[in-house]
Amino acid sequence: MTAATAPNAAGAPPGEPAAGPGPVVHRRSVRRRLVPYWLLLPGILWLLVFFALPLVYQASTSVQTGSLEEGFKVTWHFATYWDALGDYWPHFVRSVLYAGTATLLCLLLGYPLAYLIAFRAGRWRNLLLVLVIAPFFTSFLIRTLAWKTILADGGPVVGFLDTVGFLAVTDWLGMTDGSRVLATPLAVVTGLTYNFLPFMILPLYTSLERIDTRLHEAAGDLYATPAATFRKVTFPLSLPGVVSGTLLTFIPASGDYINAELLGSTDTKMVGNVIQSQFLRVLDYPTAAALSFLLMAVVLIMVSVYIRRAGTEDLL
Amino acid sequence: MTTPRTVTAPVKRAGDWLRRNAVVLAGLATLGYLILPNVVVMVFSFNKPAGRFNYTWREFSTDAWRDPCGVADLCGSLTLSLRIAFFATLGATVLGTMIAFALVRYRFRARGAVNSLIFLPMAMPEVVMAASLLTLFLNLGAELGPMTVLIAHTMFALSFVVVAVKARVLSMDPRLEEAARDLYAGPVQTFLRVTLPIAAPGIAAGALLAFALSFDDFIITNFNSGNTVTFPMFVWGSAQRGTPVQINVIGTAMFVIAVLIVVVGQFVAARRRKSG
Repeated sequence: MTAATAPNAAGAPPGEPAAGPGPVVHRRSVRRRLVPYWLLLPGILWLLVFFALPLVYQASTSVQTGSLEEGFKVTWHFATYWDALGDYWPHFVRSVLYAGTATLLCLLLGYPLAYLIAFRAGRWRNLLLVLVIAPFFTSFLIRTLAWKTILADGGPVVGFLDTVGFLAVTDWLGMTDGSRVLATPLAVVTGLTYNFLPFMILPLYTSLERIDTRLHEAAGDLYATPAATFRKVTFPLSLPGVVSGTLLTFIPASGDYINAELLGSTDTKMVGNVIQSQFLRVLDYPTAAALSFLLMAVVLIMVSVYIRRAGTEDLL
Repeated sequence: MTTPRTVTAPVKRAGDWLRRNAVVLAGLATLGYLILPNVVVMVFSFNKPAGRFNYTWREFSTDAWRDPCGVADLCGSLTLSLRIAFFATLGATVLGTMIAFALVRYRFRARGAVNSLIFLPMAMPEVVMAASLLTLFLNLGAELGPMTVLIAHTMFALSFVVVAVKARVLSMDPRLEEAARDLYAGPVQTFLRVTLPIAAPGIAAGALLAFALSFDDFIITNFNSGNTVTFPMFVWGSAQRGTPVQINVIGTAMFVIAVLIVVVGQFVAARRRKSG
């Protein structure tokens, strides 16, 4: 009984034993060799039909012209892309800026908490993890609406930020509007940071937790100060978590339109807002399709540059 | 001159303590930031708002708790969301587990392509996926409704299940299955009595994730639901029309239930560890 579970319980030590679970080589019979394909078939088919094929349809829609009444036709009208970019470039800039700021804030806020859970929490570790994940279960729209209450004009939070001079700084940065926070960029960034923070904390925690604490002791034995230990040992070893956390926050944040809609104003609309209204209200499908392809391109380019610079290409 | 010493010593000690526990304090501050909206949701579930919007505190009341379904369509949207999440979880978990096993246990051609097909849905802003799926449905002339929502949810939850199950299967020792075969267990028996129980935590994690993702999804649903109102759609609409207090009640209840489930699960696991 215990013997059966032992290898798994022992699977925890870092560095995964080399004798670890490689792929099992099966006997070479044709039926056997078809097994993986049968396993893959339904799921992959689902993804091909409902994920890949839609992208093809969207590509075709983005170069169509026409109207809803007379129908759309593929006319290879690439100008839609230029027009969309010309009309909505401020929304692209805003999306990248807001999502970038939120990602940076997530990293700055999330790192200490992930560190605390991984190294300092002791028997509180599981409870803290639960508290990080539990907010997920209250619909995130409800929680985002709660920020409307928290950031309300003249409320205690805004009053405090005003008193300590924080709003003067954000005002100067153009992120707030006098003593107002709601309906400003700051409110949108606050909401984005809040929404995607768990996606930063969990990968950070996973990579921190894998670090062998004996490395910290070794660094201490070699007269490294705590700051030097962090800089030279802990942080570099947590980089995979930093990279995947950054991606998991930046990508969804760049396409989000909920925070900008609920907490912002017309001056804080992001690309997501434009895509949503073009698709669902204006019904200008070609422009909407072109915009979402542009967003996809922006995100893919930024992500691939980032991954190349961070040097971790095997993320999954 | 003893005064400076008695003054600086505690200050210095406090400074040292602060420095030593800076991480803890910063971490707890972040936790506060994460929990604050939940607290607000909870507190405002006992509010009696003056108008249609439940954003400012007025008066304590338990009205909403006594009548959580007292708002038209609210509980209907809730059950619809639960049903969609149930079936999406079922579909995504079965399909995703199969893919995960194929990826970990077998070498085959197109493995790289399959891996990227799994990875891409997670590496793409949701609004892009949502919009492209809508163009597919529009082009096919499909009627938007619960079915299209279910299809969409199954699609995007699939990748997350694959990742969760893959992680677990990767850490499984294949020798356990070899041992089972050596003891004359057939392939079906080996799978049901050895492989599946060991993979179960990963599958459960994937299923839980799929359920949470589907139940809470707004963006994909917003594009592909037509006139169907799921719970997040209801909340979205209420943000414009006026939010009933009942929404806070349901948010609070969900939070409490989730925490309870996890705490009880931890407790059971701890006891089993102790006795086993």
